[in-house]
Amino acid sequence: MTVTELSQLVGAKIVCGNSDSRLQIEKAFASDLMSDVLTVETEKMLLITGLANTQTIRTAEMSDISCIMFVRGRNITPEMITLAGESGITLLECPGSMFKTSGILYGAGIKPVF
Amino acid sequence: MDQVMHFEYAVEGGDFFNAGAASSNVKKILKKLNVDSHVVKRVAVALYEAEVNIVAHAYRGKIWVDIDGRRIKIILSDEGPGIPDIDLAMKAGYSTASPRVREMGFGAGMGLPNMKKNSDHLHITSAPGKGTQVEIINELYESHAF
Repeated sequence: MTVTELSQLVGAKIVCGNSDSRLQIEKAFASDLMSDVLTVETEKMLLITGLANTQTIRTAEMSDISCIMFVRGRNITPEMITLAGESGITLLECPGSMFKTSGILYGAGIKPVF
Repeated sequence: MDQVMHFEYAVEGGDFFNAGAASSNVKKILKKLNVDSHVVKRVAVALYEAEVNIVAHAYRGKIWVDIDGRRIKIILSDEGPGIPDIDLAMKAGYSTASPRVREMGFGAGMGLPNMKKNSDHLHITSAPGKGTQVEIINELYESHAF
């Protein structure tokens, strides 16, 4: 699924990064705990989180996560956009809750990492 | 690559804005050296966990990185409270992190076990009241692919 398709499904806004069809998302992981995210071995996945700070971006960078969806209407700061740009990470803002957003994407075929 | 590459980084305790800058730099260097992405990720995650630990727990620290033709050796040394019981700290779920550290998404007591998982060699020594030293060594070119 492309990032544009993902964003349309959950009413998210693409704030920065790659919205073209080359970035295909097949799997996702949802957590507010970066310690948890750092233990996931899957790469090129979507991270769904309500934790919006620069360490969320750093965690994604270290974990080879190519796309982050911030749920619960969390705002993406200019510093986060700058960091994400350095690593080519796509950022999305989504007004829905983590449960709702994850449910919609799971129903649409996005697979869990475990 | 025959020559040894050496890098040093300073880390400030409490500086969550810049936490991960050293790990990011090392990750970029390994990518440029065409190290396998799985190997790069293991080094990056182990180093990032250790770097965040300095920011979260110590007053300040330094990171020394040596890369030669086959492996990376990382030493992190900090001035801080140290770890009174390293075996206890290695247990999943044990944490002394502050509420501020937890707000940043860390402090769940998973960092040290995850560092061990992502290191080929991990050695931690600590002097309570003085600081902690962490040594991480990872092979860069795995030979089991064939």
